[in-house]
Amino acid sequence: MSLAPPAHPFENATHDGSGRRFGLTAMLHTWTTSVDHKQIGILYILMSLVFLVIGGIEALLMRWQLFFPRAEVLAPNTFNQLFTMHGTTMIFFVGMPILIGLGNYLVPLMIGARDMAFPRLNAFGFWITLFGGLLVYFSFATGGAPAIGWFAYAPLTEQTFARGPATDFWALGLLISGIGTIAAAVNFVATILAMRAPGMTMRKLPFFVWTMLWTAVQMLFALPPLTAALVMILFDRQLGAHFFDVQNGGSAYLWQHLFWFFGHPEVYILILPVFGMISEVIPVFSRKVLFGYEFMAAATVAIVFISMGVWAHHMFCVGMSRTLDLVFAAASLLVSIPTGIKFFNWLATMFGGRIRFASPMLFACGFLSMFVIGGLTGIMLASVPLDFQLSDSYFVVGHFHWVLIGGTLFGTFAGIYYWYPKMTGRMLSERLARWQFWLLYIGFILTFGPMHVSGMLGMPRRIYTYDPDRGWALWNQLTTLGALIQTPSYAIFVYNLVASWRNGTPAGDDPWDAWTLEWTTTSPPPSYNFEELPVVHSRRPLWDAKHPEDPDWQYE
Amino acid sequence: MTTATHTFPSPPPLVAEQGLCAAQWGMVAFLVSEVAFFSTLIVTYVTFLGQDTVGPTPAEALSLPLVIGTTICLVSSSVLIHGAQLAIEHGRQRLFSFLWAGTIALGIAFLVGTAVEWRELIVDHQLTIGRNLFGTTYYTLVGFHGLHVTGGVIAMTVVLGLALSRNVTRDNCISAQLVAWYWHFVDVVWIVVFLVVYVGGRGGGL
Amino acid sequence: MEAIHPGTLLAASETATQNLSIFAPASPAAQSIQDLAILTGAIFALILVLVEGILLYNIWRFRARAEVTAEPAQVYGSQPVEIAWTTAPTLIVFFLILAITRTLWQAKAAQPAPQLDDHALFVKVIGHQWWWEYRYETYDGRPLNFTTANELHMPVSETGQPRRVHLTLESADVCHSFWVPRLNGKMDLLPGRTNYLMLETELPGLFLGQCAEYCGDQHANMLLRVIVEPPAEFERWLANESAPAAENVAVQTGREAFMAESCVNCHRIRGTPAEGTFGPDLTHLMSRQTLASGEIPNSPENLTDWIHNPQTTKPGCLMPAFDLSETRLEAIVNYLLTLR
Ligand code: HEA
Ligand code: HEA
Ligand code: HEC
Ligand code: CUA
Ligand SMILES: [Cu+2]
Repeated sequence: MSLAPPAHPFENATHDGSGRRFGLTAMLHTWTTSVDHKQIGILYILMSLVFLVIGGIEALLMRWQLFFPRAEVLAPNTFNQLFTMHGTTMIFFVGMPILIGLGNYLVPLMIGARDMAFPRLNAFGFWITLFGGLLVYFSFATGGAPAIGWFAYAPLTEQTFARGPATDFWALGLLISGIGTIAAAVNFVATILAMRAPGMTMRKLPFFVWTMLWTAVQMLFALPPLTAALVMILFDRQLGAHFFDVQNGGSAYLWQHLFWFFGHPEVYILILPVFGMISEVIPVFSRKVLFGYEFMAAATVAIVFISMGVWAHHMFCVGMSRTLDLVFAAASLLVSIPTGIKFFNWLATMFGGRIRFASPMLFACGFLSMFVIGGLTGIMLASVPLDFQLSDSYFVVGHFHWVLIGGTLFGTFAGIYYWYPKMTGRMLSERLARWQFWLLYIGFILTFGPMHVSGMLGMPRRIYTYDPDRGWALWNQLTTLGALIQTPSYAIFVYNLVASWRNGTPAGDDPWDAWTLEWTTTSPPPSYNFEELPVVHSRRPLWDAKHPEDPDWQYE
Repeated sequence: MTTATHTFPSPPPLVAEQGLCAAQWGMVAFLVSEVAFFSTLIVTYVTFLGQDTVGPTPAEALSLPLVIGTTICLVSSSVLIHGAQLAIEHGRQRLFSFLWAGTIALGIAFLVGTAVEWRELIVDHQLTIGRNLFGTTYYTLVGFHGLHVTGGVIAMTVVLGLALSRNVTRDNCISAQLVAWYWHFVDVVWIVVFLVVYVGGRGGGL
Repeated sequence: MEAIHPGTLLAASETATQNLSIFAPASPAAQSIQDLAILTGAIFALILVLVEGILLYNIWRFRARAEVTAEPAQVYGSQPVEIAWTTAPTLIVFFLILAITRTLWQAKAAQPAPQLDDHALFVKVIGHQWWWEYRYETYDGRPLNFTTANELHMPVSETGQPRRVHLTLESADVCHSFWVPRLNGKMDLLPGRTNYLMLETELPGLFLGQCAEYCGDQHANMLLRVIVEPPAEFERWLANESAPAAENVAVQTGREAFMAESCVNCHRIRGTPAEGTFGPDLTHLMSRQTLASGEIPNSPENLTDWIHNPQTTKPGCLMPAFDLSETRLEAIVNYLLTLR
């Protein structure tokens, strides 16, 4: 049997010259039945991008309604459905899958493995995640989406207050996609712990792989409580159980604890892989080794564990005791120490380097300059008494978009610009990248900056309308304007992905002169990744190969 | 720097790593998530303990003798399955199949016991999931555990089938090992459930 | 608050801009929170300038130049430096925790019991989808025992003579949150739990806020109005509210119509057979400046529109339209207009 590489996943369907129709069905067939980690990774990413556009359109509709005070663009209930679906979509069907997808594509390549540990489980995870997303959206077809907010506070989710099947679809969809996420996490743990190339000890893992490992661990701890809580909602609604049925002794308070015990770790699930990607991009484009790898690695673990003890900072206004308030505030503030370590190490990595501002680095700098602001507003929210004022106001909305877009999304863009050449064999257009970056950067600041102001001026979140006498109109108008400036940047991105895939300049194996294993194989890699399993002696195997006179393993 | 050097430094020799294989790590990771899942259900059970305004209370409804019986079944099944594993490690396939079948039988006995218990609760005590908070949390917790036992019994039956067709051997017993781990886990969860629901939750003491 | 005006112009509003800013505190609690906000804001600014400064310096100073091609020196890390930048944030965090503790103990106190001559007002606040019920319990230790809705009246404090308002917060259905930014931070109303919040201000006047926890369709119109009055005026208001509804023979037909309609199932008018508690107490409806939880001014036209069809004003609200005939509607409105 010969191991001749089949044409790469994009090619075997479109360029086989045997007629277009046959090509298309063949392509669909390959993709839907694939158990190859690279194809599954790409499917995850594509799915996330589709949901990003859907979630973004939902956001634009909300912004349209909020442009004028007392506007009547959307019915109240429609608005409420939109923010519920927007939040749910962005967190569960954009943020998580895009990171899982990148991890799926990259982890085996970066550790020198031929696939994930359980390829079929991997495919199962993707399809069930997608199915969960479709199920949540199916509620639109049943007379309206859920209008419960993405954290679905009880008892608003009980049959009494949420009639109709929308809430059931929501709970079922998240439950199912959560199982997919757990499957992915199991796969990451097994792959990273047991399938590393010879010589790649745990201390020599590429940093992105290290963060994916801990993200997976965090998923294993955080998602099952959500699954359990969703089961409780479904039992309440379908079987007449009383978990959150306050009239019969159930507890609204319990739901909040269960949800946020998932919900807070969830936001770190959305940022840790990004920390990993940034830690790959910054060294390569600064031409320096990552500063303080061990401290960075330890900080990652610290974040995972501390963040499992801070959940009630989302609940400062439910009337906990002052002692509890203080404990959770202190724990939340502690997170800033390991996060700070990361920041300073990135800055130190850049320091003294020779920085190339190619698109990945541009987005990495966008990340550095923006995420710190979101982190600091987080610190303000964690200052309990201040949160009594800011909680559930637009300040919070400002905070979390700042970390989710300025953090997760900017970082993900950096990652996609960095690895797209590996995935497709083509470079993305730098010119379009710059347009995308600046439109996003400016639009983003303009959208979410004013939200902090309107929050401090007393504007609560999740309101479909507001009175003209409140003085919030200007800030809302700026926000809407910002959203309009952002919009083309996403369109440019999508266009860039599509156009460069066909016409981009060929990339070669190692376009960025980088140091980790994925750059040793072809772009795109063959289905078996490596012809010969690589042997590794340091964290930067390609540095060793490129500088045999002064290899890394001497210093680690 | 790059003056044509003669010898490049050569890396230290690789030390082969020892550890679990991928499938084992996969099972460990899966069990971690299961721990998180059951912890949530148990915490919820404890939260609602004694919060009911309508009966029956755990003390009224739950009777111990039957449950002690099912508990003994499950605990001893853990012993049996451990024996089965020792057997296969020593290559004694017949003994393995025998002990393994015994484990399955005990698992089924546990399920039958649970069914009898539930029948009693529903018929004699009118305790349903919608009756009160006790019913809500009790059926959810014990039900999910029972579901896991059922899953375990099915998985064990599959392995038994493999064993009978001589596909489980000393060198090929990973599936048996993983199922055994899972079974031990289900057993440990039951011990916690037993202590929380039947011992502590009934108002203390046997 | 100068910055707001262009926005209001843009929005073409006729009314003067109301102030709901957390930076316009009118009470000791809101004041101490503002102080904390300024402190954390200052620390925030410092760290921000530091981080962005270093970042910009790096970008400017270490940008790749064409003439250099060699790889820069590889620096793998430095333990002392790592320890330094672990310690510095740790100290900041420690300092912040101290500041937070102090403010927390100022802003969140325990609820006292009512006592004779304590100059304190005790009100039970019950959140409903989408309006507020206020049960006045005691003032100065005197029992009050009347219920009103949507507009909270309270006495003003004077230097040396605080008149505190102790709110007991509960919910009749889903979670809500009581938030009047200038008077205090927010506190949630959860079904099945009882919370506590204290208000106190030396500034008479109107303070606005609104429900801050998403509670369904009309969360946006669950507005809060707190009217702070001098003690004498407040006493007058109390006396008026405590009395049963005014009877007026001139609106007898309207009264009968009201009692014959299903209104009585949901609304109470003290001194009449109307004993419903699902909707706001209407005993002294006309003493309120607004209707429907602050959404619209309380004018006869608005009242007529409201009773004709509440769903056009507040879509989704829990009061249905009744298809009343023109005359019956007018009669009921006329009756309600006498409930001063
Ligand atoms: C990517 C996601 C992400 C990230 C990384 C964070 C990071 C943090 N968040 Fe955020 N947060 C969200 C996503 C995220 N958050 C979301 C989605 C919500 C709202 C959910 C909802 O209600 O819908 C939320 C809400 C939220 C609240 C609740 C507000 C409320 O509803 O009342 C709080 C309160 O404490 C909080 C705090 C923090 C803190 C302390 C951090 C810290 O981790 C930040 C740490 C980082 C830094 C501090 C910057 C770098 C550090 C240095 C440069 C060192 C020096 C600094 C110091 C010494 C201070 N967040
Ligand atoms: C990763 C997460 C994420 C992202 C990226 C975003 C992105 C955006 N969000 Fe989102 N948001 C949340 C997560 C996120 N949000 C969450 C969790 C909530 C809380 C929900 C709740 O309260 O329950 C929330 C809530 C929320 C609110 C508050 C609603 C309320 O409380 O009433 C608002 C209001 O303005 C808002 C606005 C926006 C805007 C304008 C964007 C913009 O950045 C979006 C821009 C994107 C687009 C506009 C895409 C359009 C692209 C195209 C159209 C391309 C064209 C197509 C082709 C060429 C094919 N968001
Ligand atoms: C099904 C219950 C129900 C019935 C019947 C009902 N109402 Fe209401 N009513 C409500 C609720 C609930 C509100 C609060 C609406 C809100 O602000 O969200 C309300 C509000 C009002 C208000 C405004 C009160 C305020 O303080 O703002 C008036 C006036 C009123 N109702 C009059 C009437 C009249 C007159 C009738 C009979 C024709 C009537 N209601 C019948 C439930 C009811
Ligand atoms: Cu009540 Cu929002
Ligand atoms: Cu959080």
